[in-house]
Amino acid sequence: MKNPTQGNAAPIVPPRPQGRLKAALDSDIFYSWRRSPVTIIATVVALALILMAVLAPWIAPYDPFDPSSLNLMDGFTPPMTENQFTGSTYLLGTDNQGRDMLSSIMYGSRISLFVGAMATAFAITLGVSLGLVAGYNGGMIDGVIMRIADIQLSFPGILIALLIFGIARGVIPANQQESMAIWVLIIAIGLSNWAQFARTVRGATMVERQKDYVSAAQIMGVHPFLILLRHVLPNVLGPVLVIGTIGLALAIIEEATLSFLGVGVPPTQPSLGTLIRIGQQFLFSGEWWILLFPAVTLILLALSVNLLGDWLRDALNPKLR
Amino acid sequence: MKKVMTHLGLALLSTTMIAGATSAETIRWARGSDALTLDPHSQNQGVTHNFAHHIYETLVDRDVEGTLQPRLATEWSLKEDDPTVWVFKLREGVTFHDGAEFTAEDVVFSLDRARSEASNMRQLHVEVTEVRAVDDYTVEVQTTGPSPLYPDNLTNTFIMDKDWSEANDVVEVQDYAAGADNYAVRNTNGTGPYILQSREVDVRSVMTLNENHWAEDTPAVTEIIYLPIADNATRIAALLSGEVDLVQDVPVQDIDRLQGTGGVKIETGPENRVIYFGYRFGEEPLASSNVTDANPFNDPRVREAMELAVDRDAIAQVVMRGQAIPTGVANPPFVAGWTEELDAYPAVDLDRAQKLMAEAGYEDGFTVTLDTPNNRYVNDEAISQAVVAMLGRIGINVTLASRPVAQHSPLVTNNQTDFYLLGWGVPTFDSAYVFNDLVHTKEGSYGAYNGGLFSDPELDAKIQSLGTEIDMEARDATVAEIWETVKSERVLLPIHNQVLAYAMRDDITLPVHPENQPLLTGLTFAE
Repeated sequence: MKNPTQGNAAPIVPPRPQGRLKAALDSDIFYSWRRSPVTIIATVVALALILMAVLAPWIAPYDPFDPSSLNLMDGFTPPMTENQFTGSTYLLGTDNQGRDMLSSIMYGSRISLFVGAMATAFAITLGVSLGLVAGYNGGMIDGVIMRIADIQLSFPGILIALLIFGIARGVIPANQQESMAIWVLIIAIGLSNWAQFARTVRGATMVERQKDYVSAAQIMGVHPFLILLRHVLPNVLGPVLVIGTIGLALAIIEEATLSFLGVGVPPTQPSLGTLIRIGQQFLFSGEWWILLFPAVTLILLALSVNLLGDWLRDALNPKLR
Repeated sequence: MKKVMTHLGLALLSTTMIAGATSAETIRWARGSDALTLDPHSQNQGVTHNFAHHIYETLVDRDVEGTLQPRLATEWSLKEDDPTVWVFKLREGVTFHDGAEFTAEDVVFSLDRARSEASNMRQLHVEVTEVRAVDDYTVEVQTTGPSPLYPDNLTNTFIMDKDWSEANDVVEVQDYAAGADNYAVRNTNGTGPYILQSREVDVRSVMTLNENHWAEDTPAVTEIIYLPIADNATRIAALLSGEVDLVQDVPVQDIDRLQGTGGVKIETGPENRVIYFGYRFGEEPLASSNVTDANPFNDPRVREAMELAVDRDAIAQVVMRGQAIPTGVANPPFVAGWTEELDAYPAVDLDRAQKLMAEAGYEDGFTVTLDTPNNRYVNDEAISQAVVAMLGRIGINVTLASRPVAQHSPLVTNNQTDFYLLGWGVPTFDSAYVFNDLVHTKEGSYGAYNGGLFSDPELDAKIQSLGTEIDMEARDATVAEIWETVKSERVLLPIHNQVLAYAMRDDITLPVHPENQPLLTGLTFAE
């Protein structure tokens, strides 16, 4: 007799579809996704933008990061209009340096997404680790970590990012600042966003800590690090996924804000925010396309990721099912 | 108690002013950047001087044509029996804002301060050995040899009150590059037409009319609100929405649109300022380059290749929208020593440039970082970006580091840059001013802005001789010789001379000042 119950139950419950893909398509989450047209559109837009960004080096018509390929006389060409000096035509026009807007946006989204994703990953790693430690240990450690998080949450993330950026400017030698800029940006945005992850995870961990499976592991003498990693972490990841997705949208916007303020990536390697900063100088002079296209791309990117996050929150929330 | 009385007096003055409000006119004046400091001898920089000229005064001044005019000095001449001494007769009855009387000891103190070690104005006074007061209203300046053009150097050397400076411990000049601070950085006591009322760095400064000023004509503007607005579009939007009355730094792309807008007008004119790129010289490898065994810029062939790769006409046409005059010499046409031959520049020749690069051993190019300000000169960052692209074509892979001028300027004065953009205005209207600061070896009073540490002892000797040469023909010949060498050696990479545009409410008029240092006392209102 090896497990009779399983053998008996098999005919009553319909068998789960075989394979992971089929399992996923059959899940509640996929069901709720299929039923929400807004989410489907958001997914398509987000995927299209992400694909465009990832594949930029292969599909972009020009390489805007290669300054030697630029011709200044191509500058300020309106969309789909022939340049009066060079005779070149660009689908979305060119900026003040003669850079093709379409290619710039593709490469710019790539930087924006890369910075956003890396910064969010950094914030999650830091926030989740600290949240787990704080929630599991309680006491002094919890107090210290959470008070730091509270202090940080009490003023805007962008200020913290600016502060970190300023410090980095002072610490990093002048000749490495430009090559390090992107990493400084990632760390600055990551450090300004970790607190909300820590807070969420800490709460969830405090709940999980009381549960029997944790006690069981403790009695068996499992090292606390392994308990956190193997047992608690998987059970607190749901909410992290939700705020992580929304956090990605926020990080993309934060990167754009920093670049707009001129403290982000160098102007020769523009992200979406840098492109917007360049473009807004020409608002009054009538060259609208330099601002409009990158701005629309940023809005689409942030909005679609945000909508996905919203949907994920609803789908994963048992109370709303 | 005295202070209270002055404050009371000021308060009374201001109330009478409001009572007779018929002539009270406030001008809100927007610029791209703020004065770097209010210590008058700490930074030899246009925006800083422009601001200071409203509060402090100089011995002599220059009118729009460039001729010297009396200001705190009423007469000046070489001493009859000794051509190595300049005698300045001072204006009587002038008082500082705190009520102290202006006398010869203040001039002696200020000139000594301006030529002290930490002063950024030193190069203008290199040939001075002693400044002495003869009586209360006569000052003698002793120079190493006859120095016929010395008064031309005084148009930006401001006079401070000796007692006030001693009382507030500001006898030493603020060492700006080292990040030092003193009382005079935020507080002022000048003799000028306006009194500083409040100052928030980079935000807002307020000045009101000095009722006790010596000038006979009372300026039409009674209050100045100075607003640094770094962002071009915001600055123009502020003018269009009526938040400011005068914008001094108008982005070239907005000139057309502003000309067609009702209620706003534009004044344009050439500025006495050249925009150029500077190189790091010396054997030592560049800090920001992948070439680690040599300094590519030290090779004249590389500098020639770079000049041949830069398309000045395209920059003038696209980046500057025609608001620039391309040039082949780092000397504006206003300045004595400028010639058409010097001004000529080579046509773009990429083939030859590539050949030169190969000859120099850099057929695969090299990398370097270019430091550029982004709020100082017209489209400074865009010019640098365009040059990055142009140099990319001959294999020089340039990383662009863009900073506000307050952070950029110390990089140049502290020699912490390999390749940089700078603009140079020439307030003396004489070439020696360019040579002293940009070409002469960096030592003592010379070479303050020679951030690339160019050094040529032969040129140094010639430059030093200019200060005390009395034979004007011989002096002109030496100036021509120095320019010849500077141009053929490609010590600097000049791009163009800026054309200035001021935008303002259409009922006021402020003519463009060739040094871009307009005094708002010259602003007039339409009837």
